[in-house]
Amino acid sequence: MSAAPVKPPVKAVVIGASAGAVQALLTILPALPASFALPVLVVVHVPPDRDNVLVSLLQAKCRLTVKEAEDKEPLVGGTVFFAPSDYHLLVETDGTLAISTDEPVNYSRPSIDVLFESAADAFGEALVGVVLTGANHDGAAGLRAVTQAGGTAIVEDPNFAHSRAMPLAALEASPEAAIMTIDAIASYLSSLGTTR
Amino acid sequence: MPEAVVDLEIQLLLEALYQRYHYDFRHYARASIKRRLVQARDQLAFPTISAMQDRVLHDPSMLPRLLDYLTVQVSEMFRDPSYFRALRESVLPHLKTYPSLKVWIAGSSTGEEVYSLAILFREEGLYDRTLFYATDINPEALAAAEAGVYPLDRIRKFTENHQKSGGRSSLSDYYTAAYGRAVFDKTLRERVVFSDHSLVTDAVFAEMHLISCRNVMIYFDRPLQDRAIGLFHDSLARKGFLGLGSKESLRFSAHAGGFSDFVPGEKIYQRREP
Repeated sequence: MSAAPVKPPVKAVVIGASAGAVQALLTILPALPASFALPVLVVVHVPPDRDNVLVSLLQAKCRLTVKEAEDKEPLVGGTVFFAPSDYHLLVETDGTLAISTDEPVNYSRPSIDVLFESAADAFGEALVGVVLTGANHDGAAGLRAVTQAGGTAIVEDPNFAHSRAMPLAALEASPEAAIMTIDAIASYLSSLGTTR
Repeated sequence: MPEAVVDLEIQLLLEALYQRYHYDFRHYARASIKRRLVQARDQLAFPTISAMQDRVLHDPSMLPRLLDYLTVQVSEMFRDPSYFRALRESVLPHLKTYPSLKVWIAGSSTGEEVYSLAILFREEGLYDRTLFYATDINPEALAAAEAGVYPLDRIRKFTENHQKSGGRSSLSDYYTAAYGRAVFDKTLRERVVFSDHSLVTDAVFAEMHLISCRNVMIYFDRPLQDRAIGLFHDSLARKGFLGLGSKESLRFSAHAGGFSDFVPGEKIYQRREP
Protein backbone atom coordinates (compact mmCIF):
# COMPACT_ATOMS: atom_id res chain seq x y z
CA MET A 1 0.00 0.00 0.00
CA SER A 2 1.44 3.38 -0.99
CA ALA A 3 1.17 6.68 0.83
CA ALA A 4 -2.58 6.67 0.55
CA PRO A 5 -4.78 9.17 2.36
CA VAL A 6 -4.83 8.53 6.08
CA LYS A 7 -7.57 6.08 6.96
CA PRO A 8 -10.02 6.71 9.77
CA PRO A 9 -9.38 4.86 13.03
CA VAL A 10 -10.11 1.16 12.85
CA LYS A 11 -13.46 0.22 14.40
CA ALA A 12 -13.44 -3.55 14.08
CA VAL A 13 -11.34 -6.59 13.18
CA VAL A 14 -12.65 -9.67 11.39
CA ILE A 15 -10.69 -12.92 11.30
CA GLY A 16 -11.31 -16.08 9.29
CA ALA A 17 -9.55 -19.39 9.75
CA SER A 18 -10.04 -23.03 8.87
CA ALA A 19 -7.65 -26.01 9.03
CA GLY A 20 -4.95 -25.14 11.57
CA ALA A 21 -7.10 -22.41 13.11
CA VAL A 22 -6.69 -23.43 16.74
CA GLN A 23 -2.92 -22.99 16.86
CA ALA A 24 -3.06 -19.73 14.91
CA LEU A 25 -5.75 -18.21 17.12
CA LEU A 26 -3.97 -19.41 20.26
CA THR A 27 -1.03 -17.27 19.16
CA ILE A 28 -2.94 -14.18 18.05
CA LEU A 29 -5.80 -13.71 20.48
CA PRO A 30 -3.98 -14.21 23.82
CA ALA A 31 -1.42 -11.63 22.59
CA LEU A 32 -4.02 -8.87 22.53
CA PRO A 33 -3.61 -6.57 25.54
CA ALA A 34 -6.30 -5.99 28.13
CA SER A 35 -6.51 -2.39 26.84
CA PHE A 36 -7.48 -3.59 23.35
CA ALA A 37 -10.50 -1.46 22.51
CA LEU A 38 -11.89 -2.98 19.32
CA PRO A 39 -14.43 -5.73 18.74
CA VAL A 40 -12.96 -8.83 17.07
CA LEU A 41 -15.24 -11.11 15.04
CA VAL A 42 -14.06 -14.61 14.22
CA VAL A 43 -15.30 -17.31 11.88
CA VAL A 44 -13.68 -20.70 12.26
CA HIS A 45 -14.82 -23.71 10.29
CA VAL A 46 -15.81 -26.36 12.79
CA PRO A 47 -17.89 -29.46 12.16
CA PRO A 48 -21.59 -28.76 12.76
CA ASP A 49 -23.11 -30.64 15.71
CA ARG A 50 -20.07 -29.73 17.78
CA ASP A 51 -20.11 -27.01 20.34
CA ASN A 52 -17.45 -24.43 19.92
CA VAL A 53 -14.86 -25.79 22.35
CA LEU A 54 -12.49 -23.18 21.02
CA VAL A 55 -14.45 -20.48 22.83
CA SER A 56 -13.92 -22.01 26.27
CA LEU A 57 -10.30 -22.81 25.47
CA LEU A 58 -9.60 -19.19 24.50
CA GLN A 59 -11.60 -17.74 27.38
CA ALA A 60 -9.04 -19.23 29.72
CA LYS A 61 -6.10 -17.84 27.78
CA CYS A 62 -7.18 -14.36 26.69
CA ARG A 63 -7.22 -11.05 28.51
CA LEU A 64 -10.23 -10.02 26.44
CA THR A 65 -13.76 -11.33 26.83
CA VAL A 66 -14.27 -14.26 24.46
CA LYS A 67 -17.82 -15.40 23.67
CA GLU A 68 -20.10 -16.97 21.13
CA ALA A 69 -21.99 -14.28 19.24
CA GLU A 70 -25.70 -13.92 19.94
CA ASP A 71 -28.41 -12.69 17.62
CA LYS A 72 -28.99 -8.88 17.84
CA GLU A 73 -26.13 -8.47 20.29
CA PRO A 74 -24.43 -5.06 20.12
CA LEU A 75 -20.74 -5.08 19.22
CA VAL A 76 -18.56 -4.18 22.18
CA GLY A 77 -14.89 -3.22 22.13
CA GLY A 78 -12.38 -5.50 23.80
CA THR A 79 -14.55 -8.52 23.07
CA VAL A 80 -13.95 -11.47 20.75
CA PHE A 81 -17.14 -12.80 19.17
CA PHE A 82 -17.12 -16.26 17.59
CA ALA A 83 -19.71 -17.33 15.03
CA PRO A 84 -21.88 -20.11 16.51
CA SER A 85 -21.38 -23.45 14.77
CA ASP A 86 -23.85 -24.12 11.95
CA TYR A 87 -24.89 -20.44 11.69
CA HIS A 88 -23.56 -17.61 9.58
CA LEU A 89 -22.51 -14.49 11.48
CA LEU A 90 -23.23 -11.07 9.99
CA VAL A 91 -22.80 -7.46 11.08
CA GLU A 92 -25.67 -5.03 10.62
CA THR A 93 -24.92 -1.44 9.69
CA ASP A 94 -26.20 -0.30 13.10
CA GLY A 95 -23.34 -2.19 14.76
CA THR A 96 -25.35 -5.15 16.03
CA LEU A 97 -24.74 -8.80 15.18
CA ALA A 98 -27.06 -11.12 13.29
CA ILE A 99 -27.00 -14.85 12.66
CA SER A 100 -28.59 -16.80 9.83
CA THR A 101 -29.26 -20.36 8.73
CA ASP A 102 -28.98 -19.45 5.06
CA GLU A 103 -27.43 -22.17 2.99
CA PRO A 104 -23.71 -22.84 3.35
CA VAL A 105 -21.36 -20.64 1.31
CA ASN A 106 -18.21 -22.37 0.00
CA TYR A 107 -19.62 -25.49 1.69
CA SER A 108 -19.22 -23.64 4.97
CA ARG A 109 -21.60 -22.43 7.64
CA PRO A 110 -20.40 -20.24 9.20
CA SER A 111 -18.73 -18.76 6.15
CA ILE A 112 -15.87 -16.27 6.28
CA ASP A 113 -17.16 -14.54 3.13
CA VAL A 114 -20.56 -13.88 4.71
CA LEU A 115 -19.00 -12.25 7.80
CA PHE A 116 -16.41 -10.23 5.87
CA GLU A 117 -18.85 -8.94 3.25
CA SER A 118 -21.37 -7.76 5.81
CA ALA A 119 -18.64 -6.24 7.99
CA ALA A 120 -17.16 -4.44 4.97
CA ASP A 121 -20.60 -2.98 4.41
CA ALA A 122 -20.97 -1.90 7.99
CA PHE A 123 -17.46 -0.53 8.62
CA GLY A 124 -16.00 0.34 5.20
CA GLU A 125 -12.52 1.83 5.59
CA ALA A 126 -12.57 1.32 9.34
CA LEU A 127 -12.27 -2.47 9.08
CA VAL A 128 -9.28 -4.80 9.24
CA GLY A 129 -9.82 -8.23 7.68
CA VAL A 130 -7.45 -11.11 8.42
CA VAL A 131 -7.41 -14.41 6.53
CA LEU A 132 -5.45 -17.18 8.24
CA THR A 133 -4.58 -20.79 7.53
CA GLY A 134 -7.09 -23.05 5.76
CA ALA A 135 -7.51 -25.72 3.13
CA ASN A 136 -10.33 -24.15 1.10
CA HIS A 137 -11.16 -20.84 -0.62
CA ASP A 138 -13.57 -19.29 1.86
CA GLY A 139 -12.59 -15.74 2.77
CA ALA A 140 -11.17 -14.78 -0.64
CA ALA A 141 -14.32 -13.00 -1.85
CA GLY A 142 -14.84 -11.59 1.64
CA LEU A 143 -11.36 -10.08 1.82
CA ARG A 144 -11.91 -8.63 -1.65
CA ALA A 145 -15.02 -6.91 -0.30
CA VAL A 146 -12.98 -5.53 2.60
CA THR A 147 -10.38 -3.96 0.29
CA GLN A 148 -13.03 -2.70 -2.14
CA ALA A 149 -14.72 -0.90 0.73
CA GLY A 150 -11.38 0.72 1.59
CA GLY A 151 -10.55 -1.47 4.55
CA THR A 152 -7.22 -3.07 5.41
CA ALA A 153 -6.50 -6.65 4.29
CA ILE A 154 -4.02 -8.97 5.97
CA VAL A 155 -3.19 -12.53 4.94
CA GLU A 156 -1.14 -15.05 6.85
CA ASP A 157 2.11 -15.80 5.02
CA PRO A 158 1.27 -18.96 3.03
CA ASN A 159 4.86 -20.20 3.40
CA PHE A 160 4.42 -20.49 7.13
CA ALA A 161 0.73 -21.32 7.34
CA HIS A 162 -0.47 -24.73 8.52
CA SER A 163 -2.56 -24.94 5.30
CA ARG A 164 -1.70 -22.58 2.47
CA ALA A 165 -4.72 -22.87 0.18
CA MET A 166 -6.89 -20.30 1.92
CA PRO A 167 -4.15 -17.62 2.27
CA LEU A 168 -3.16 -18.18 -1.38
CA ALA A 169 -6.76 -17.81 -2.59
CA ALA A 170 -7.16 -14.64 -0.52
CA LEU A 171 -3.94 -13.18 -1.96
CA GLU A 172 -5.01 -13.99 -5.46
CA ALA A 173 -8.28 -12.13 -4.91
CA SER A 174 -6.64 -9.25 -3.01
CA PRO A 175 -3.03 -8.81 -4.23
CA GLU A 176 -2.75 -5.58 -2.24
CA ALA A 177 -3.16 -7.42 1.07
CA ALA A 178 -0.29 -7.27 3.54
CA ILE A 179 1.41 -10.64 4.04
CA MET A 180 2.43 -11.34 7.64
CA THR A 181 3.46 -14.21 9.86
CA ILE A 182 1.21 -15.12 12.76
CA ASP A 183 3.52 -13.30 15.20
CA ALA A 184 3.53 -10.18 13.04
CA ILE A 185 -0.27 -10.28 12.84
CA ALA A 186 -0.45 -10.55 16.62
CA SER A 187 1.76 -7.50 17.17
CA TYR A 188 0.09 -5.49 14.40
CA LEU A 189 -3.37 -6.07 15.89
CA SER A 190 -2.09 -5.32 19.40
CA SER A 191 -0.73 -1.97 18.20
CA LEU A 192 -4.09 -1.13 16.61
CA GLY A 193 -5.97 -1.57 19.77
CA THR A 194 -3.68 0.49 21.97
CA THR A 195 -2.82 3.49 19.79
CA ARG A 196 -6.38 4.76 19.67
CA MET B 1 -21.76 0.90 -7.75
CA PRO B 2 -21.57 2.66 -4.37
CA GLU B 3 -22.98 0.54 -1.54
CA ALA B 4 -25.20 3.42 -0.46
CA VAL B 5 -27.01 3.19 -3.80
CA VAL B 6 -27.51 -0.56 -3.44
CA ASP B 7 -28.88 0.00 0.05
CA LEU B 8 -31.31 2.57 -1.30
CA GLU B 9 -32.39 0.22 -4.10
CA ILE B 10 -33.11 -2.47 -1.51
CA GLN B 11 -35.16 -0.10 0.60
CA LEU B 12 -37.20 0.91 -2.45
CA LEU B 13 -37.71 -2.69 -3.59
CA LEU B 14 -38.96 -3.73 -0.15
CA GLU B 15 -41.35 -0.77 -0.13
CA ALA B 16 -42.55 -1.74 -3.62
CA LEU B 17 -43.17 -5.35 -2.58
CA TYR B 18 -45.20 -4.12 0.36
CA GLN B 19 -47.28 -1.56 -1.49
CA ARG B 20 -47.91 -3.72 -4.55
CA TYR B 21 -48.26 -7.21 -3.03
CA HIS B 22 -48.52 -6.68 0.77
CA TYR B 23 -45.44 -8.76 1.44
CA ASP B 24 -43.68 -6.87 4.20
CA PHE B 25 -39.94 -7.45 4.48
CA ARG B 26 -39.22 -3.91 5.59
CA HIS B 27 -38.37 -5.02 9.11
CA TYR B 28 -36.29 -8.01 8.20
CA ALA B 29 -32.66 -7.99 9.36
CA ARG B 30 -31.01 -6.07 6.57
CA ALA B 31 -27.64 -7.82 6.17
CA SER B 32 -29.20 -11.17 5.23
CA ILE B 33 -31.83 -9.56 2.99
CA LYS B 34 -29.08 -7.75 1.16
CA ARG B 35 -27.12 -10.96 0.58
CA ARG B 36 -30.19 -12.66 -0.78
CA LEU B 37 -31.25 -9.80 -3.04
CA VAL B 38 -27.76 -9.38 -4.45
CA GLN B 39 -27.74 -13.12 -5.10
CA ALA B 40 -31.16 -12.88 -6.79
CA ARG B 41 -29.97 -9.97 -8.93
CA ASP B 42 -26.88 -11.87 -10.07
CA GLN B 43 -28.52 -15.27 -10.61
CA LEU B 44 -31.57 -13.85 -12.39
CA ALA B 45 -29.20 -11.69 -14.47
CA PHE B 46 -30.58 -8.26 -13.65
CA PRO B 47 -28.10 -5.40 -14.02
CA THR B 48 -29.38 -3.74 -10.85
CA ILE B 49 -31.82 -4.29 -8.01
CA SER B 50 -33.84 -1.39 -9.42
CA ALA B 51 -34.26 -3.34 -12.66
CA MET B 52 -35.51 -6.27 -10.64
CA GLN B 53 -37.98 -3.95 -8.90
CA ASP B 54 -39.24 -2.67 -12.25
CA ARG B 55 -39.90 -6.24 -13.39
CA VAL B 56 -41.64 -7.43 -10.24
CA LEU B 57 -43.88 -4.35 -10.12
CA HIS B 58 -45.19 -4.96 -13.63
CA ASP B 59 -44.97 -8.74 -13.86
CA PRO B 60 -46.65 -10.63 -10.98
CA SER B 61 -45.19 -13.91 -12.25
CA MET B 62 -41.84 -12.61 -11.04
CA LEU B 63 -43.07 -12.45 -7.44
CA PRO B 64 -42.78 -16.18 -6.58
CA ARG B 65 -39.22 -16.29 -7.84
CA LEU B 66 -38.26 -13.35 -5.71
CA LEU B 67 -40.11 -14.77 -2.69
CA ASP B 68 -38.00 -17.90 -2.96
CA TYR B 69 -34.89 -15.82 -2.50
CA LEU B 70 -36.41 -13.80 0.32
CA THR B 71 -38.06 -16.52 2.36
CA VAL B 72 -37.10 -20.11 1.68
CA GLN B 73 -35.08 -21.82 4.35
CA VAL B 74 -33.75 -25.28 3.83
CA SER B 75 -33.96 -27.06 7.16
CA GLU B 76 -33.48 -30.63 8.29
CA MET B 77 -35.89 -33.02 9.93
CA PHE B 78 -35.15 -33.14 13.67
CA ARG B 79 -32.59 -30.33 13.29
CA ASP B 80 -30.93 -29.96 16.72
CA PRO B 81 -31.99 -33.42 17.95
CA SER B 82 -31.61 -32.37 21.59
CA TYR B 83 -34.52 -29.93 21.10
CA PHE B 84 -36.82 -32.77 20.06
CA ARG B 85 -35.50 -34.92 22.87
CA ALA B 86 -36.37 -32.15 25.33
CA LEU B 87 -39.88 -31.87 23.86
CA ARG B 88 -40.26 -35.62 24.16
CA GLU B 89 -38.98 -35.90 27.70
CA SER B 90 -40.07 -32.63 29.30
CA VAL B 91 -42.92 -31.03 27.35
CA LEU B 92 -45.01 -33.90 26.01
CA PRO B 93 -45.60 -35.40 29.48
CA HIS B 94 -47.39 -32.11 30.30
CA LEU B 95 -49.31 -32.09 27.04
CA LYS B 96 -50.54 -35.63 27.72
CA THR B 97 -52.81 -34.24 30.42
CA TYR B 98 -54.93 -32.38 27.82
CA PRO B 99 -57.81 -34.08 25.98
CA SER B 100 -57.07 -32.14 22.78
CA LEU B 101 -54.05 -30.18 21.62
CA LYS B 102 -53.10 -27.49 19.17
CA VAL B 103 -49.55 -27.06 17.87
CA TRP B 104 -48.35 -24.21 15.66
CA ILE B 105 -45.27 -24.47 13.50
CA ALA B 106 -44.72 -20.81 12.60
CA GLY B 107 -42.57 -20.28 9.52
CA SER B 108 -42.86 -23.92 8.46
CA SER B 109 -41.04 -23.37 5.14
CA THR B 110 -40.79 -26.65 3.23
CA GLY B 111 -42.17 -28.72 6.10
CA GLU B 112 -39.23 -30.59 7.64
CA GLU B 113 -40.19 -29.46 11.14
CA VAL B 114 -43.87 -30.27 10.56
CA TYR B 115 -43.14 -33.91 9.77
CA SER B 116 -40.64 -34.11 12.62
CA LEU B 117 -43.27 -32.98 15.13
CA ALA B 118 -45.96 -35.19 13.59
CA ILE B 119 -43.68 -38.22 13.97
CA LEU B 120 -42.73 -37.23 17.51
CA PHE B 121 -46.39 -36.85 18.51
CA ARG B 122 -47.26 -40.17 16.88
CA GLU B 123 -44.45 -41.94 18.70
CA GLU B 124 -45.65 -40.51 21.99
CA GLY B 125 -49.28 -41.41 21.35
CA LEU B 126 -50.51 -37.82 21.05
CA TYR B 127 -50.97 -37.46 17.32
CA ASP B 128 -54.65 -38.39 17.15
CA ARG B 129 -55.70 -35.72 19.61
CA THR B 130 -53.56 -32.97 18.12
CA LEU B 131 -54.28 -30.42 15.42
CA PHE B 132 -51.16 -28.95 13.80
CA TYR B 133 -51.06 -25.56 12.12
CA ALA B 134 -48.19 -25.09 9.70
CA THR B 135 -47.93 -21.50 8.50
CA ASP B 136 -45.68 -19.62 6.14
CA ILE B 137 -45.91 -16.59 3.88
CA ASN B 138 -44.53 -18.35 0.81
CA PRO B 139 -47.28 -20.28 -1.05
CA GLU B 140 -44.76 -22.44 -2.91
CA ALA B 141 -43.04 -23.43 0.33
CA LEU B 142 -46.45 -24.32 1.82
CA ALA B 143 -47.23 -26.48 -1.22
CA ALA B 144 -43.87 -28.23 -0.88
CA ALA B 145 -44.53 -28.78 2.83
CA GLU B 146 -47.91 -30.27 2.04
CA ALA B 147 -46.39 -32.57 -0.60
CA GLY B 148 -43.82 -33.91 1.89
CA VAL B 149 -41.31 -35.06 -0.72
CA TYR B 150 -37.58 -34.71 -0.05
CA PRO B 151 -34.47 -35.72 -1.98
CA LEU B 152 -33.30 -39.13 -0.87
CA ASP B 153 -29.78 -37.88 -0.24
CA ARG B 154 -31.07 -35.81 2.68
CA ILE B 155 -32.64 -38.81 4.42
CA ARG B 156 -29.43 -40.11 5.96
CA LYS B 157 -29.04 -36.90 7.97
CA PHE B 158 -32.76 -36.88 8.86
CA THR B 159 -32.48 -40.48 10.10
CA GLU B 160 -29.39 -39.75 12.16
CA ASN B 161 -31.11 -36.72 13.75
CA HIS B 162 -34.27 -38.71 14.45
CA GLN B 163 -32.31 -41.40 16.27
CA LYS B 164 -30.42 -38.81 18.32
CA SER B 165 -33.75 -37.22 19.30
CA GLY B 166 -34.69 -40.45 21.07
CA GLY B 167 -36.93 -41.72 18.25
CA ARG B 168 -38.85 -44.86 19.21
CA SER B 169 -39.44 -45.97 15.64
CA SER B 170 -37.50 -46.08 12.41
CA LEU B 171 -37.79 -43.07 10.16
CA SER B 172 -38.14 -45.45 7.22
CA ASP B 173 -41.55 -46.44 8.62
CA TYR B 174 -42.80 -43.02 7.50
CA TYR B 175 -41.69 -42.67 3.90
CA THR B 176 -41.54 -44.53 0.62
CA ALA B 177 -38.42 -44.18 -1.48
CA ALA B 178 -38.83 -43.87 -5.22
CA TYR B 179 -36.83 -42.28 -8.03
CA GLY B 180 -34.32 -40.64 -5.72
CA ARG B 181 -37.02 -39.12 -3.55
CA ALA B 182 -38.56 -39.90 -0.19
CA VAL B 183 -42.33 -39.44 -0.13
CA PHE B 184 -43.63 -39.03 3.40
CA ASP B 185 -46.71 -40.91 4.55
CA LYS B 186 -49.84 -38.83 3.97
CA THR B 187 -51.37 -39.95 7.25
CA LEU B 188 -48.71 -37.77 8.91
CA ARG B 189 -50.48 -34.71 7.55
CA GLU B 190 -54.07 -35.82 8.12
CA ARG B 191 -54.20 -33.54 11.12
CA VAL B 192 -52.10 -30.71 9.71
CA VAL B 193 -53.62 -27.47 8.43
CA PHE B 194 -51.25 -25.68 6.03
CA SER B 195 -52.02 -22.01 5.94
CA ASP B 196 -50.78 -18.65 4.77
CA HIS B 197 -49.99 -16.52 7.81
CA SER B 198 -47.59 -13.65 8.34
CA LEU B 199 -45.94 -12.94 11.67
CA VAL B 200 -45.45 -9.41 10.40
CA THR B 201 -49.01 -8.44 9.51
CA ASP B 202 -51.44 -11.12 10.75
CA ALA B 203 -53.01 -11.72 14.16
CA VAL B 204 -53.76 -14.49 16.63
CA PHE B 205 -55.89 -17.25 15.09
CA ALA B 206 -56.18 -20.03 17.68
CA GLU B 207 -55.20 -20.98 21.22
CA MET B 208 -52.07 -23.13 21.11
CA HIS B 209 -50.49 -25.54 23.56
CA LEU B 210 -47.13 -25.54 21.79
CA ILE B 211 -45.63 -23.09 19.31
CA SER B 212 -42.41 -24.01 17.57
CA CYS B 213 -40.75 -21.15 15.70
CA ARG B 214 -37.11 -21.88 15.17
CA ASN B 215 -34.62 -19.82 13.21
CA VAL B 216 -37.37 -17.63 11.81
CA MET B 217 -37.06 -14.59 14.05
CA ILE B 218 -33.29 -14.33 13.52
CA TYR B 219 -34.32 -12.80 10.19
CA PHE B 220 -36.37 -10.08 11.89
CA ASP B 221 -35.17 -6.80 13.35
CA ARG B 222 -35.74 -6.20 17.04
CA PRO B 223 -39.14 -4.41 16.82
CA LEU B 224 -40.49 -7.15 14.54
CA GLN B 225 -39.14 -9.84 16.86
CA ASP B 226 -41.03 -8.18 19.66
CA ARG B 227 -44.23 -8.15 17.61
CA ALA B 228 -43.89 -11.86 16.83
CA ILE B 229 -43.10 -12.82 20.42
CA GLY B 230 -46.09 -10.77 21.62
CA LEU B 231 -48.24 -12.61 19.09
CA PHE B 232 -46.96 -15.95 20.38
CA HIS B 233 -47.68 -14.94 23.95
CA ASP B 234 -51.24 -14.01 23.06
CA SER B 235 -51.68 -17.22 21.03
CA LEU B 236 -50.64 -19.56 23.82
CA ALA B 237 -53.02 -21.30 26.14
CA ARG B 238 -52.43 -20.98 29.85
CA LYS B 239 -48.97 -22.42 30.58
CA GLY B 240 -48.43 -23.14 26.89
CA PHE B 241 -44.97 -23.76 25.49
CA LEU B 242 -42.81 -21.84 23.03
CA GLY B 243 -39.75 -23.39 21.36
CA LEU B 244 -37.11 -21.25 19.65
CA GLY B 245 -33.92 -21.95 17.71
CA SER B 246 -30.82 -23.00 19.63
CA LYS B 247 -29.19 -19.56 19.26
CA GLU B 248 -32.34 -17.53 19.83
CA SER B 249 -33.41 -16.07 23.13
CA LEU B 250 -36.14 -14.04 24.78
CA ARG B 251 -33.51 -12.32 26.87
CA PHE B 252 -33.44 -9.10 24.82
CA SER B 253 -37.20 -9.06 24.19
CA ALA B 254 -39.77 -6.67 25.60
CA HIS B 255 -41.89 -9.75 26.40
CA ALA B 256 -39.19 -11.61 28.35
CA GLY B 257 -41.26 -11.25 31.53
CA GLY B 258 -44.19 -13.06 29.93
CA PHE B 259 -42.34 -16.36 29.81
CA SER B 260 -40.29 -18.56 32.09
CA ASP B 261 -37.38 -20.76 31.00
CA PHE B 262 -38.77 -24.28 30.90
CA VAL B 263 -35.83 -26.18 29.40
CA PRO B 264 -33.19 -23.43 29.44
CA GLY B 265 -30.48 -25.09 27.32
CA GLU B 266 -32.98 -25.96 24.60
CA LYS B 267 -34.74 -22.58 24.37
CA ILE B 268 -38.08 -24.00 25.42
CA TYR B 269 -40.16 -21.42 27.27
CA GLN B 270 -43.45 -21.59 29.11
CA ARG B 271 -46.05 -18.86 29.18
CA ARG B 272 -45.97 -17.28 32.62
CA GLU B 273 -49.31 -16.53 34.22
CA PRO B 274 -49.69 -13.30 36.17
